[in-house]
Amino acid sequence: MSSQIHSRTKPKTPVQPPQGPDGEKKPEEMTPKNKTSRLDSLTANRKPSWTWVAAAAGSIVVAAIVTALLFESFSIVGFVLIAGLLYIVSMYVTSRVLENRLKATDEFWRHLIWTAFIIALVPLISVIWSVVSQGLPTLLANPGLLTTDMKGVVGADDIATQTEGAPLQGGILHGLIGTVAITVLASVISIPVGLFASIYLVEYANRNAFSRAIRFFVDVMTGIPSIVAGLFAFAGLSLLIELVVGTSPQALQSVKTGFAAALALSVLMIPVVVRSTEEMLEVVSDELREASYALGVRKWRTIMKVVLPTAMSGIASGVTLAIARVTGETAPILVTAGYAATTNWNPFSEWMTALPVFIYRQLVNPTAPAAGDPSMARAWAGALVLIVIVMGLNLAARVIAKNFAPKTGK
Amino acid sequence: MTTTSPRTKTPARNTTSAVGDKVFKGMSWTGGVIILVVLAFVALFLLTRSLPAIAPDTFGPGADQAIDFWGYVWPLMAGTVIVSAIALLLATPVAMGVSLFISHYAPRRFANTIGYVIDLLAAIPSVVYGAWGMLVIAPLMVPIYQWLHDNLGFIPLFAGDPSTTGRTILTSGVVLAVMVLPIMTALCREIFLQVPHLQEEAALGLGATRWEMIKMTVFPFARAGIISSIMLALGRALGETMAVTMVLSPGGFSWSLITSGANATIPSEIALNFPEAFGQRQAELIAAGLMLFVITLIVNVIARAIVNSHAKKAEGLS
Repeated sequence: MSSQIHSRTKPKTPVQPPQGPDGEKKPEEMTPKNKTSRLDSLTANRKPSWTWVAAAAGSIVVAAIVTALLFESFSIVGFVLIAGLLYIVSMYVTSRVLENRLKATDEFWRHLIWTAFIIALVPLISVIWSVVSQGLPTLLANPGLLTTDMKGVVGADDIATQTEGAPLQGGILHGLIGTVAITVLASVISIPVGLFASIYLVEYANRNAFSRAIRFFVDVMTGIPSIVAGLFAFAGLSLLIELVVGTSPQALQSVKTGFAAALALSVLMIPVVVRSTEEMLEVVSDELREASYALGVRKWRTIMKVVLPTAMSGIASGVTLAIARVTGETAPILVTAGYAATTNWNPFSEWMTALPVFIYRQLVNPTAPAAGDPSMARAWAGALVLIVIVMGLNLAARVIAKNFAPKTGK
Repeated sequence: MTTTSPRTKTPARNTTSAVGDKVFKGMSWTGGVIILVVLAFVALFLLTRSLPAIAPDTFGPGADQAIDFWGYVWPLMAGTVIVSAIALLLATPVAMGVSLFISHYAPRRFANTIGYVIDLLAAIPSVVYGAWGMLVIAPLMVPIYQWLHDNLGFIPLFAGDPSTTGRTILTSGVVLAVMVLPIMTALCREIFLQVPHLQEEAALGLGATRWEMIKMTVFPFARAGIISSIMLALGRALGETMAVTMVLSPGGFSWSLITSGANATIPSEIALNFPEAFGQRQAELIAAGLMLFVITLIVNVIARAIVNSHAKKAEGLS
């Protein structure tokens, strides 16, 4: 990889390696100076191409020695850090000595930027690896996790699992059903509102004050913290129920439902839908609309039959991304939907558990506080399923956007 | 943006279709109105519900029965700001590096793939980051805290008992940094790619090295964009709940970043206590949420203002 960078930074250099075949073919008269040979003059102030190999080898050896002396046990992290640091410094110094300050600085920043990229990859790999390595074995050993809920699973079951090796009880079915129910409900609320609002913005509003206000507040909504959206849905519904039903404890209890969670998620979802749809509608070329009008088609028919179908792939991909975003949300559901151990199919009554909330609860309040391992196993398996769902939605959005790209007619 | 201009008026042909036009326009308009109404309701409901905590004399049970709300909320606000500041300090340099890498350094063939991989980081649910921070990162941080305490303990930030579980505000900041990294990278990358190519090539043509070219053309062009992407990431970090809730073991305000049972943030306080809260306690937590809403609103409005002024400038350039 490094040799590739090396060659990329000097793409236009006329310098050939000293032993290069081209070196001999060129006429001798090209040399400006008599005393130094042609190759020397061209390669002067240029470090040899093998410098990075030498620097890398030297850094690795020195880092290994330093790590062995510094830490009691050999630390791979310390070793990598020291080796990387030594490599960057030694490359800078060689460049500074053999070339000049500008090239050395350039080299130095190039290495720092590659380092930043590698640093950014570490957490991604670490997150995915933790979830897969901890979740997959559990899921493979207990496929029943996907088809059972936590009904009747008590601490004693988990203690038996941990100490006597009894099979893992319970599962994530109620979480899956809750997540699907809440997400579908949130989509049913948000997609029409978002679609119509963006149609208004692009097709009807003439950049008037009202549409500017909508654009501004959509931006503001994008920034609403998810937990505040949860509090909003709770506060709104509890006010409503106080006014309609009364302030009895049962009435106040009935605020927490899957519907409240869906309402909270809608607040997060609507701005995403509006933003992406608006962008896609703007892409549709005016010629298409005008051709339709010229045929005597009404505006609303034009929007339904020409504009929307043209932009459909982009809209669908944007909506899928919005769904993916709210599927992984935890905080708003945590404060609005309560927590149930059994499957609840009805989002309009009783508490409902979503998969992210289930993961959180299992990790923070294990079913058996004394034996947390089974709970942790269920949580990691749930996390794996959740990541698969969210990544699957993201991939689906990509595929939709790519394979059914907008037919702009250009 | 020219496509937003009003479409040509179509002549009325028959009445049913004209009705359809009106209905459709009405529905679109309603969609816009709903958005404004929802946002107004967010502010209104939060305000109504938090009045008993903010002004207990007038709306609540009376000052003698309520806690001092501002005394309760300022340590939470301080904790929220501290953890976001840590996250941004750690994430900004890396995000700059990664976006420069994608826009100017990576081999062309891989640049898009790398961008997509970084975007995937943003798709991972926050509860998974929370679990990862709690079970993977926190134990890793324990020796680092011990070392910081031994060698830099004279700085108030590293004073106090080093955590033995690693569940501190600094660990939360690290996890948050990982979470805001992809957002910042995506925004910066967009801006770096918009830099006029002629300027870049002019710099290279004058003999600038690649780094000098970036210093001379990319950074001046992207300065406003970088600032606004940092602000948008700050907005995200301020409101992030699960990562902090799961990683941090909360407590009162403390300058120490390496102690467990110190500091808390508004979202984590709400997530930890709201499910069991009722009555006056609920009002306090909703009021804390209102404060968070106000803070993120200010941050986001500033960020958007910078973005918009920058967009105008960029339109003028191209």
